[in-house]
Amino acid sequence: MNIIYREIDIPDIRELDVYVRNGGYTALKKALGMSRADVINEVKASNLRGRGGAGFPTGVKWSFIPQDNPINYVVVNADESETGTFKDRQIMENNPHQLIEGALICAYAIKAAAVYIYIRGEYWDVGAALEKAIDDARAQNYVGDGILGSEFSCPVYVHLGAGAYICGEESALLESLEGKLGQPRVRPPFPANKGGGLYGEPTVINNVETLANVPFIIDKGAAAYKAMGTEGSTGTKIFCLSGHVEKPGNYELEFGKHTLRDLIFTYGGGMKGGRQIKGILPSGGSGPVIRVNGNDDPILDTPLTYEDLQKLGSILGSASVIIMDETVDMTWVASKVTKFFHHESCGKCTPCREGTYWLDKTIDRIMAGTAKPNDVDLIHNVANNMKGVTLCALGEFAANPILFTIKHFPEDFQAHVNGAQKPVATVAPQRGARTTTAAAAPAGD
Amino acid sequence: MLRDKYTEQIDATFAKYPTKRSAVMPLLYLAQQEYGWVNQQGIDEVAALCELDPTQVKSIAGFYTMYSEKPKGKYWIHVCTDLACALCGADEFYDSLRDYLHADADGNSEDGVFTIDPVMCLGACDKAPMMQCNFHFHENLDIEKAKALVEGWRAEEQQ
Repeated sequence: MNIIYREIDIPDIRELDVYVRNGGYTALKKALGMSRADVINEVKASNLRGRGGAGFPTGVKWSFIPQDNPINYVVVNADESETGTFKDRQIMENNPHQLIEGALICAYAIKAAAVYIYIRGEYWDVGAALEKAIDDARAQNYVGDGILGSEFSCPVYVHLGAGAYICGEESALLESLEGKLGQPRVRPPFPANKGGGLYGEPTVINNVETLANVPFIIDKGAAAYKAMGTEGSTGTKIFCLSGHVEKPGNYELEFGKHTLRDLIFTYGGGMKGGRQIKGILPSGGSGPVIRVNGNDDPILDTPLTYEDLQKLGSILGSASVIIMDETVDMTWVASKVTKFFHHESCGKCTPCREGTYWLDKTIDRIMAGTAKPNDVDLIHNVANNMKGVTLCALGEFAANPILFTIKHFPEDFQAHVNGAQKPVATVAPQRGARTTTAAAAPAGD
Repeated sequence: MLRDKYTEQIDATFAKYPTKRSAVMPLLYLAQQEYGWVNQQGIDEVAALCELDPTQVKSIAGFYTMYSEKPKGKYWIHVCTDLACALCGADEFYDSLRDYLHADADGNSEDGVFTIDPVMCLGACDKAPMMQCNFHFHENLDIEKAKALVEGWRAEEQQ
């Protein structure tokens, strides 16, 4: 079932004429004939949840925008930067008009003055292709002034980021778009409030995949959309599968109809080299790791939904599923992800800036086999001092990789702490002296 | 001067936003493209265009990793060594390519034509190992394919 990755059935759907021939922009036309409230209610009724990671109900988000405000904005979050996430890129490369159409329907519903697509700078070529798609749409009156003969006008602009993970956080993204450092804002006011959005105006910020779902909902109706998936997770979801599988890639699957096992062994072609599975990061670096005791573990029969992943003590998030096999040292995984957060901390909140530094230093020491007896206590101490005291979730998530590795893979962790450098076969040893100064790090207490 | 050379492009950039300040990132890319890196002249010109203090522009250039505040090679190679790629051998791939280029501690090759840096996730996890050169993707690589790309660019440079 591909309602987003329609290029699988219609290879050239990236071209405007092909998109239009296959029903493209009919949802926009339909929406322009509806009242704004009806458009929002239809999206609300679909139970569409944000696909960027947080899973917030999309229609509810739209309904927060004050209808009497003269200038509102739609910002598309295309800053896809979570480790293991590459789904939005494929949408923008292969089905860009569906994103543009979804964003314009949102813009109509909230009376937006403009749509800004904030795309990560590394997607340089994707951004250029998207600009061409917007130009094509403008030439046919789908974008710009008096769209399709209506009174609704809305330009669509592409804005390139420049290599900062934090700009995927919505308030940091707004700062960046305003030409400032990409650092989160104090909330309230929230982006939907006057004073909290782009240039201080009420703003809806939605992920690429979220908006690409909207044309289907308006065209076919909320009931048809809700017929797919489960009550808590409606529609389809794109799963980014990477790591130790034979066929990594993006797979769009109906919620609740498939399990982790289906994803890995049917779609992903099974474990690389027929090896046994050891761990899954279901939501990139941010979500808690899941322990799997080999390919027969019943945990793999968990259905793929927001609610079922939560029952496992993890999250579905943006569905960036990274698979690790039996040869992987999970402490090394934790050190990699910890390094990511240390690098990407924006530096605004002291607990995150200092905490990610100390977690990184301490796990380097542990990897190098030079851990001190109280280093595990130190990690818990640092992690506890990061919880709930930062402006955004990065500080909250940054301790997860180490804490959940200690919890779920104590044997890997303990072996390092006890001084052994290689507790299990390690396919990917630490890169070594170029990036680490483990031996020189002072004690943190 | 950027203003004279790229008047049309700069005007089109400003037209996208209600504030001049919002153009600072696209204009920094323009300065980097023109001067090879974000040098003081580029900072000063972007500041004047956006009606900002040069210090403010410099802080933006320093915050975002895709602006280089140091001279770099004409070919700027970014190798993803983040988790998903590293599970598929990206660390070893990066080390081999670095060695092949005889890169110094700053990542610059001996002939100064290349600069190589390890970077965090680039959103190509299913096509590892991979790299970008001047922000263009090269995917499903191994060291031999990467060497061939490097030699192609070297030949291009010598023409």
